[in-house]
Amino acid sequence: MGRIHSVESFGTLDGPGIRYVLFLQGCPLRCLYCHNPDSWCIKSGQEIGSVDVVKDILRYKNFIKNGGVTLSGGEPLMQADFAASILEGCKQHGLHTAVDTSGGVSLLICRRAVELADMLLLDIKAADDALFRKITGHSINNTLEMLEACENMRKPIWIRHVLVPGLTMDDKQLKALGELLAHYSCIERVELLPFHKMGEFKWEQLGKPYTLGDTQPPESEQVEHARSLLRGFGLPVK
Amino acid sequence: MAEFKPGAWQKFVDVRDFIVRNYTPYDGDESFLAPPTDRTEKLWGQVKALMKEEHDRGGIYDIDTHTISDIDAYPPGYIDKQLEQIVGLQTAKPLVRAIMPFGGIRMVYNSLEAYNREMEPEIARVFKYRKTHNDGVFDVYTPEMRAARKTGIITGLPDAYGRGRIIGDYRRVPLYGVDYLIEQKKRSHRDAVYNVMDAKVIQLREELAEQIRALEALKRMAESYGFDISRPANDTKEAIQWLYFAYLGAIKEQNGAAMSLGRASTFLDIYAQRDLEEGRYTESEIQELVDHFVMKLRLVRFLRTPAYDELFSGDPTWVTESIAGLGTDGRHMVTKMSYRFLHTLTNLGPAPEPNMTVIWSPRLPEPFKKYCAKMSIDTCSIQYESDELMRKKFGDDYGIACCVSAMRVGKQLQFFGARANLAKALLYAINGGRDEKSGDQIGPEFLACRGKYLDYDDVKRRFDKILDWLASLYVNTLNVIHYMHDKYSYEKLQMALHDDEPIRTMACGIAGLSVVADSLSAIRYAKVRPIRDETGLAVDFQIEGDFPKFGNNDPRVDDIAVEVVKSFMDKLRKCPTYRDAVHTLSILTITSNVVYGKKTGSTPDGRKAGEPFAPGANPMHGRDSHGSIASMMSVAKLPYDFSEDGISYTFSIVPSALGRGKEEMADNLVNMMDGYFEEAGHHINVNVLNREVLMDAMEHPELYPQLTIRVSGYAVNFVKLTREQQLDVINRTYHTRF
Repeated sequence: MGRIHSVESFGTLDGPGIRYVLFLQGCPLRCLYCHNPDSWCIKSGQEIGSVDVVKDILRYKNFIKNGGVTLSGGEPLMQADFAASILEGCKQHGLHTAVDTSGGVSLLICRRAVELADMLLLDIKAADDALFRKITGHSINNTLEMLEACENMRKPIWIRHVLVPGLTMDDKQLKALGELLAHYSCIERVELLPFHKMGEFKWEQLGKPYTLGDTQPPESEQVEHARSLLRGFGLPVK
Repeated sequence: MAEFKPGAWQKFVDVRDFIVRNYTPYDGDESFLAPPTDRTEKLWGQVKALMKEEHDRGGIYDIDTHTISDIDAYPPGYIDKQLEQIVGLQTAKPLVRAIMPFGGIRMVYNSLEAYNREMEPEIARVFKYRKTHNDGVFDVYTPEMRAARKTGIITGLPDAYGRGRIIGDYRRVPLYGVDYLIEQKKRSHRDAVYNVMDAKVIQLREELAEQIRALEALKRMAESYGFDISRPANDTKEAIQWLYFAYLGAIKEQNGAAMSLGRASTFLDIYAQRDLEEGRYTESEIQELVDHFVMKLRLVRFLRTPAYDELFSGDPTWVTESIAGLGTDGRHMVTKMSYRFLHTLTNLGPAPEPNMTVIWSPRLPEPFKKYCAKMSIDTCSIQYESDELMRKKFGDDYGIACCVSAMRVGKQLQFFGARANLAKALLYAINGGRDEKSGDQIGPEFLACRGKYLDYDDVKRRFDKILDWLASLYVNTLNVIHYMHDKYSYEKLQMALHDDEPIRTMACGIAGLSVVADSLSAIRYAKVRPIRDETGLAVDFQIEGDFPKFGNNDPRVDDIAVEVVKSFMDKLRKCPTYRDAVHTLSILTITSNVVYGKKTGSTPDGRKAGEPFAPGANPMHGRDSHGSIASMMSVAKLPYDFSEDGISYTFSIVPSALGRGKEEMADNLVNMMDGYFEEAGHHINVNVLNREVLMDAMEHPELYPQLTIRVSGYAVNFVKLTREQQLDVINRTYHTRF
């Protein structure tokens, strides 16, 4: 049994093709710009068994047969066994799977799920540990281990990184990220996502203080600049 | 000139036989297409200027008040004779609207009054003595029919204007020439002699005589433009011109609610392919002919009242052209002409008319599917319908009339029946047959639901009773309408381009399906407390608890929707029809869901009085929380066997939610449509909303209640965002994603 936050039956941005995106409940990180803070708590959401999840996914097979299934969250690897059972079920039915993770969960807990997934969408909040801590409240170590493990497993990865003015939208930080990522041959794509505030109201609903109220989304020129900067490291930036 | 491959089509009228023996399937991509010629650009520039002038004059360019419109009532008219490669206008001048009083002189009076024009005394005098369809209907309507019409439980009825939804087989004119068609009809008239001359035979003989006269008039009209269409067309230009004259004759004669074109493109490709092979025309010349033809179709206008336009939003004509599909022999029917028709959206820019309809099968060639998806993303101007569902019932030479109504071209027609408001019917069930707005007893009188909460079984039983009453009243009303339409406003030319004894369907329809499904679901799975006024009428409802909502692929409520459709269809089938028409049903509101909503009180699903229904078979907006495909899956469950006149679904999405980059977006759209049609979905409108639409939605949020934006795992109703956030979305969507 596990807990889920919601389902998006027409995901087109979280992995290749049309994807059934399952948002799992619970996340160890507390990112300042999180747009789904309602998925943090592992005790809320709807309780459901992995067999029923797979059954529901299969109803969409005609749509996702050329795309697949993405486990997102929250942090899907926080419910590692639940995630692994779903991934296993999808695999049995020939569906492509992706896990959208921050890498914030120790491999001691989630290795099996990572092995089962066809690919990872790895959201690296920052390359620098201090900034990583500032954004998430946690150390970068688990994420780096995840990256290393994927390289060893030859697990394809799409890197995601959110550009937040005042935090990550900074040449020094971007260069650090470029240097870090340039070593990994498992990276197939790097997606830079401009910060947005469309989750702000959820923070208010939850009575949590939102600290980025005054931060503006980056200008399109800034985003383009960041892209070309990372391309300079030979990275496949989208 | 090479002869066409021979076959049965030479022995008698059989256009399909001609097509399947002669057409050339095209598997390639769009790279062969030609840009607009100078002539096209100049001519289109003039047309655009005229259309702007029309808009500036308040939507009506001018009205010819002197002429009673008919096939050959006007002298030839041109936009610019030097430039036009395909000629012919509805009246003597472009965009000038004609008077077509046979459907109803009252509608003409009202339209003229709305635009500050007066009826010519001569025409007024004629219709003092000549009865119209509308007069006939109201002579016969019972008080019950009038009341049902007034409260809007049955609404949008074609009792004051032309019924439309009849497609003449306009291809017969280029293939056979008019003289051959007249000869065939004369033979039928000669043979239609029986021992007993009952009403049926008398009607047939009179109609055949009318048809023959219409064909003669068509010949005269073409002659006035300098063309002799008594003989078959010889090349592409003639084929398009002959076909257009046939269609033009129809729209000079009838102001029908939908005047659709049929399935012309693959037929026309046979001529174009031969001309290309034999060097008669270049690709650019052929595209020019298509562009000029389509320009003419964009100029089709009818004189209608503002109230009519409010119901149908704007100035629609539904010049629907059905493109692609598969043949029953397994070959696909995509030709270069399928591309050329869609390419007019590039050469002339996007437009709602002609209503480009791609009949989709997952088995269509991949390059064509992708081209369609790209055109949808660029123009929002294409709708899609399932060839897999329709081919089984209608073969491989059907066309779509209006939006979703399939019919064998030249062999089948429908008696258009608009729709019954089932959401209102549910309220009648709860209120013992009283109208929830006026309090009047409209339906059969029985005890209203009692008790603090509504009981599911009790409401269902009453609803069933109301539907029995409604089905019978509805079909009887339609019988009156179509009897009178045949009598006073018979479509003589369109029917001359049909077989003598076509299949007729009685096309009923329903509005408010998702409201009814959600209401019944609320009554069953939550607790619904009616709020009654002093006369005991339930005027509002309070819902305690949550309930499954249509549009989330949840069988608990989807099954209710399916059951409502099946049960209403079964009831309709029990009611005898005029001319033994076969009952069909559509789940389609076009854009009238807003008006139906206005006329309907609060419903047990939480919808407040006056709020719009969802369009067609769509789930109510904001209630589908599992994403578009879950929503589509709910709609795809509605049984086509019980709503053979079509099930309409409108899908709107912002480009960024369709994927990253044009290629990915087109691929995703193709996969989405393959999936939808594999799941037995019937119809889908694809709206990939552009920046302009979103800007407009900010200024006029009331027009965009359903606009949902999705950004990677996040969905929100666009109009509920603050202005700042909306601007943010617009900027993000259109700058950073591409």
